[in-house]
Amino acid sequence: MTDVIIKLAGITREYTMGTEQVRALRGIDLEIRRNEYVAIMGPSGSGKSTMMNMLGCLDTPTGGRYWLNGHEASQMKDDDLARVRNKEIGFVFQTFNLLPRASALANVELPLVYAGASGRDRRRRAEQALQRVGLGDRMHHKPNELSGGQRQRVAIARALVNNPSILLADEPTGNLDSTTSEEIMRVFGALHSQGQTVVIVTHEPDIAAHAHRVVMLRDGRVDSDRTNPPRATGVAA
Amino acid sequence: MPLLEAVRLALSSIRAQKLKSFFSLVGVLIGVTFLIAVVSIVQGMNVYMTDKFAGALIGVNTFQLRQTPNFTMGNTTEAQWREWQRRPRITVEDAAYVESHMKTPVIFARSGYDRRGVAWQGKLAKDITLNTVDAEFFQIKHWNIAEGRAFTPQEVNANAEVAVLGWELAQRLFTGRDPLGQTISIGGLPHRVIGVVEKQGNLFGISMDKFVVTPITSPARRLTNRPHVIDDLQIQATNPALMRAAIEEVGEIMRVRRGLKPSQPDNFQIQTAEGALSAWDKISRILFLALPGLVGISLVVGGIVIMNIMLMSVVERTREIGIRKALGAKRSDIMAQFVVESATLSLTGAAMGIVAGILLAFVIRAVTPLPAAVAPWSIGLGVGLGILVGMVAGVYPARQASRMDPIIALGHE
Repeated sequence: MTDVIIKLAGITREYTMGTEQVRALRGIDLEIRRNEYVAIMGPSGSGKSTMMNMLGCLDTPTGGRYWLNGHEASQMKDDDLARVRNKEIGFVFQTFNLLPRASALANVELPLVYAGASGRDRRRRAEQALQRVGLGDRMHHKPNELSGGQRQRVAIARALVNNPSILLADEPTGNLDSTTSEEIMRVFGALHSQGQTVVIVTHEPDIAAHAHRVVMLRDGRVDSDRTNPPRATGVAA
Repeated sequence: MPLLEAVRLALSSIRAQKLKSFFSLVGVLIGVTFLIAVVSIVQGMNVYMTDKFAGALIGVNTFQLRQTPNFTMGNTTEAQWREWQRRPRITVEDAAYVESHMKTPVIFARSGYDRRGVAWQGKLAKDITLNTVDAEFFQIKHWNIAEGRAFTPQEVNANAEVAVLGWELAQRLFTGRDPLGQTISIGGLPHRVIGVVEKQGNLFGISMDKFVVTPITSPARRLTNRPHVIDDLQIQATNPALMRAAIEEVGEIMRVRRGLKPSQPDNFQIQTAEGALSAWDKISRILFLALPGLVGISLVVGGIVIMNIMLMSVVERTREIGIRKALGAKRSDIMAQFVVESATLSLTGAAMGIVAGILLAFVIRAVTPLPAAVAPWSIGLGVGLGILVGMVAGVYPARQASRMDPIIALGHE
């Protein structure tokens, strides 16, 4: 069972919006193994975003249990969740979410600052991560000096830098044109083939087609969970 | 997050918004400027008062036996004032009695003074301090003679009609000509000039060189006091260690002479330099009491301004806070970031205030007769207060920032 990175058991999440009770997740059971490449899909309102927040330990479930790399995240308090986000999860957002005043290098160093790494160690690892995404020559550029695709690569480098258990991407190509989207998806494919576990939340079938497994959500439940036919770019888990 | 990292981050966000940062730290800047400048002036005054004022007006190791105090800078009550006026004057006989009973080795000079016009060949210098004194007066004052000579005890005994001039008076009347041997008129009475005293300079912008000195037996004596009355008996201890003993002995001798019972207070005044300084002490104490209030108000206002700026900054940077939290920043990390930023902001203001305060002190020294000496402890206090105000002002905004929900913060535009 050490191979299971993510295990969700009967996860529910309810909100109160005004006087209305919203049941965003209504009992999710899901397992994701090491080095899987999973796309989570679903129409808007299906619970996709809540699922993403839950997996990313930005939110805790109302009911059910969630284990991430052996730690039970469903019972954690604020600071423990922060530690798990720092160590186990690499986020890639639709809007990149880079700090605008900081250089690419400083942005990538950020998770290591909160991990307590020394200045020299941080710099070395951040440089490596940027080289891994092909931005070795853009390290000292500010986000506004980079193209959309380059910004997303910086974000990916930042997600990778602390060697997370999972790379969690939320509509990573939502703000990019189709050529750049393909380029970014190739980066994900390459990372996956190097052994990285990748989870992408998306509503675009084209993007989901890159994954090896597609989990479809509908009304807060898993509607379908199927394996994609193997593609030329990667090897099925 | 290590402190150094937090400070660097803070400096970069301060630099990013220079103008806004400057306005937010103006309050602290003013408060600390005030602190440094006022302390500098008070300290400078202290040095001045002890070094120069007391020495010049009273004389080193010297005290005066008088009817009433001659320095009353503090408040004097009506009753106190009336009591002073009822006291008997000091007489020539009192002075002789003290001189003959004194055992501690001291030098005496009887003295009387007034303000008079002094004229020579139709030229008139108004408002000149006239001192009618014993010859020892020059020794007690530590005055050096620039031209001619001082008068001697023999001349005092012989009722000589001679005068020694202050530097500025000599300049005014004789404008470069030799004053020695000339006859001047002091309040209409002729005296022959025998000497000029070396230049003494200014005290609080007032010239110390506008005086004329004549023997206490000269005709000018009629201008200062009634017969037998003197203004003070100046007494200088030849050994500084015996100063206190001399003061006590004079007090005892006078009580015996006046026949005072143990229950009765002194009906004479012994004026020391310390006594003159006590009035200044009172003023400087009031300034030091008022100072914390003034500085405190500026710092509280400065702190509130910083707090508001930080609250605005927290809202503006909601997304940044969300990003940092998503990447693993704990509440304490976010808290530290904003508290350090606030403290750095405030400390920057304090540093500017220290520089401004020192400059202000120097300007005051340059354009007014008030001296100013920067006290190192006030700089330390300024730095400490700067950090403290920033930290206190930063706590609430930092708390708001640290408690943000990362999901909501990330969704913030």
